[in-house]
Amino acid sequence: MKILVPVKRVVDYNVKVRVKADGTGVDLANVKMSMNPFDEISLEEAVRLKEAGIATDVIAVSCGLPACQETLRTAMAIGADRGILVETAEDLQPLAVAKLIQAIAKKEQPQIVIFGKQAIDDDANQTGQMFAALMGWAQATFASKVALANGLATVTREIDGGAETVECKLPVVITSDLRLNEPRYATLPNIMKAKKKPLDVFKPADLGIDVTPRLTLVNIAEPPKRRAGIKVADVQQLVAKLRNEAKVI
Amino acid sequence: MTKLLVIAEHDNAGLKAVTLNAVAAAQKIGGEIHVLVAGSGCVAVAAAAAKIAGVAQVRLADAEHYAEQTPENVAILVQAQAAGYSHILAAATGMGKNLLPRVAALLDVAQISEITAVVSPDTFVRPTYAGNAMATVQSADAIKVITARGTAFDAVAAEGGDAAIEAIAAAADLGLVRLIGREITQSARPELGAAKVIVSGGRGLGSREKFDEVLEPLADKLNAALGASRAAVDAGFVPNDYQVGQTGKIVAPSLYFAIGISGALQHLAGMKDSKVIVAINKDEDAPIFQVADYGLVADLFQAVPALIAELG
Ligand SMILES: Cc1cc2nc3c(=O)[nH]c(=O)nc-3n(C[C@H](O)[C@H](O)[C@H](O)COP(=O)(O)OP(=O)(O)OC[C@H]3O[C@@H](n4cnc5c(N)ncnc54)[C@H](O)[C@@H]3O)c2cc1C
Ligand SMILES: Nc1ncnc2c1ncn2[C@@H]1O[C@H](COP(=O)(O)O)[C@@H](O)[C@H]1O
Repeated sequence: MKILVPVKRVVDYNVKVRVKADGTGVDLANVKMSMNPFDEISLEEAVRLKEAGIATDVIAVSCGLPACQETLRTAMAIGADRGILVETAEDLQPLAVAKLIQAIAKKEQPQIVIFGKQAIDDDANQTGQMFAALMGWAQATFASKVALANGLATVTREIDGGAETVECKLPVVITSDLRLNEPRYATLPNIMKAKKKPLDVFKPADLGIDVTPRLTLVNIAEPPKRRAGIKVADVQQLVAKLRNEAKVI
Repeated sequence: MTKLLVIAEHDNAGLKAVTLNAVAAAQKIGGEIHVLVAGSGCVAVAAAAAKIAGVAQVRLADAEHYAEQTPENVAILVQAQAAGYSHILAAATGMGKNLLPRVAALLDVAQISEITAVVSPDTFVRPTYAGNAMATVQSADAIKVITARGTAFDAVAAEGGDAAIEAIAAAADLGLVRLIGREITQSARPELGAAKVIVSGGRGLGSREKFDEVLEPLADKLNAALGASRAAVDAGFVPNDYQVGQTGKIVAPSLYFAIGISGALQHLAGMKDSKVIVAINKDEDAPIFQVADYGLVADLFQAVPALIAELG
């Protein structure tokens, strides 16, 4: 059984981005880029399923600039068997990515596709659900636990009031939440091995997919700044301020 | 006149309050507002939806296979209902985020996540990069599929409307998913999304026992909801639905206490729109103090009991 894991190259989660003064975007010059943290979690899950003898192949797919090859090499160092880059300079929005992954899934015929719950740059939280819709598959989103047996995936999902467990027929889409697992670090020998693993490159046109954006970015702005307040000396002063100044208690 | 469809959030017994925020976002766009209720044995929900101020019609799909409101089944229902609507909206909750991208893909349109403002009927503001870059986006699609952030749109009145309820045909049961169990965190406290006061704790609390022992009396005193940082959830101090932040819940209460929380940007993303922020942290350089109105540099294990005593 093949597992496909879409991995996105994003600004590292430790970076606080700056909005460009002309409002056309965020400043990405010299900014550290990494694999979307949720995608590391998805990969870890897929690699564990391979180690458990349930999956045979783990394939990482990334869509975007040529630099996404680095992200794919990282994925292969973590344990993906091979990588696929869909290369384009277009601003890719979730619907376009879902269609690209659909085209790859048609070629590869995976039984499970594990997306991240959310990319930490666009904060869209859409692509896995969209892909599931295009394929007509079940979607087990925001997963914190996954078990596979007898052609069924049993997935515990984080929901607003707690958690729920669902049973889905394969093929299935899973989107990983933070507590699904703790991803491993790539070791040096595995980083070396990853360099030799196969990496195929396609263009959206090769796959017959139109990736034209549906949303136009009008402007990007900084959020209103919150000014730091004061330090209080003790709890007496804190309570006095909350009562008399802020009037919130 | 343009028509907008708002997906009701409910548990078959009652309407969830966030639906009122989603209707408020629809009102900002303008047009005739319909509410879709898909569920099983949910007539009471439809009746409640019909009373919402500003709602013109309730469309009710009551069928057994909507009991769990799985996105697979509900999405094809919404798709079947979509013709004639310019906008389809839901609250940006776990449920809305699960459903609307699926609807959008079936309609071959973009989905616009978690809007915080309406500029015009086709242009919206939404946070990106954990709220550090507010994007204004314009949609060229015929149907705009939108989730709205509850804290950004003041709820419309739950009473005052008198909409007609129209029963609609259910769509097929795809039978792709079976619910095995649901564990809802039981709490007598207000919901995080609705609370006026929130007491949140972080890794600084040290253990589940201490989290409860130190923060519960404070929350009791203030009739507050309890929240947490991701580190506190990961360490098992509290259940996952307590998590506030970029990838947890977005809150904006009148008063937010961050206790033993450092203030990572992912946490700030979830609470920085609170009216008044209080931080208690023993590290005077903790980033949380950069957004706190009132910061107290102290050991929380001494400060919180003293605070409770001072509140009287
Ligand atoms: C993809 C991704 C998504 C994330 N999403 C979220 C999210 O939604 N929400 C979220 O919160 N985090 C999120 N995080 C995690 C985030 O980056 C931080 O790791 C987390 O918020 C830290 O939690 P904390 O402040 O409790 O812990 P720490 O950063 O360890 O801070 C603990 C604080 O407690 C203080 N302290 C310790 N002992 C005491 C004491 N006795 N008295 C007073 N103060 C004390 C310390 O000085 C310190 O400042 C995410 C991370 C990633 C990678
Ligand atoms: N350009 C991309 N390349 C590969 N995977 C992507 C890309 N964009 C999104 N994804 C996948 O979709 C998930 C959710 O992204 P989003 O819907 O943008 O929040 C990510 O965690 C990835 O798994």
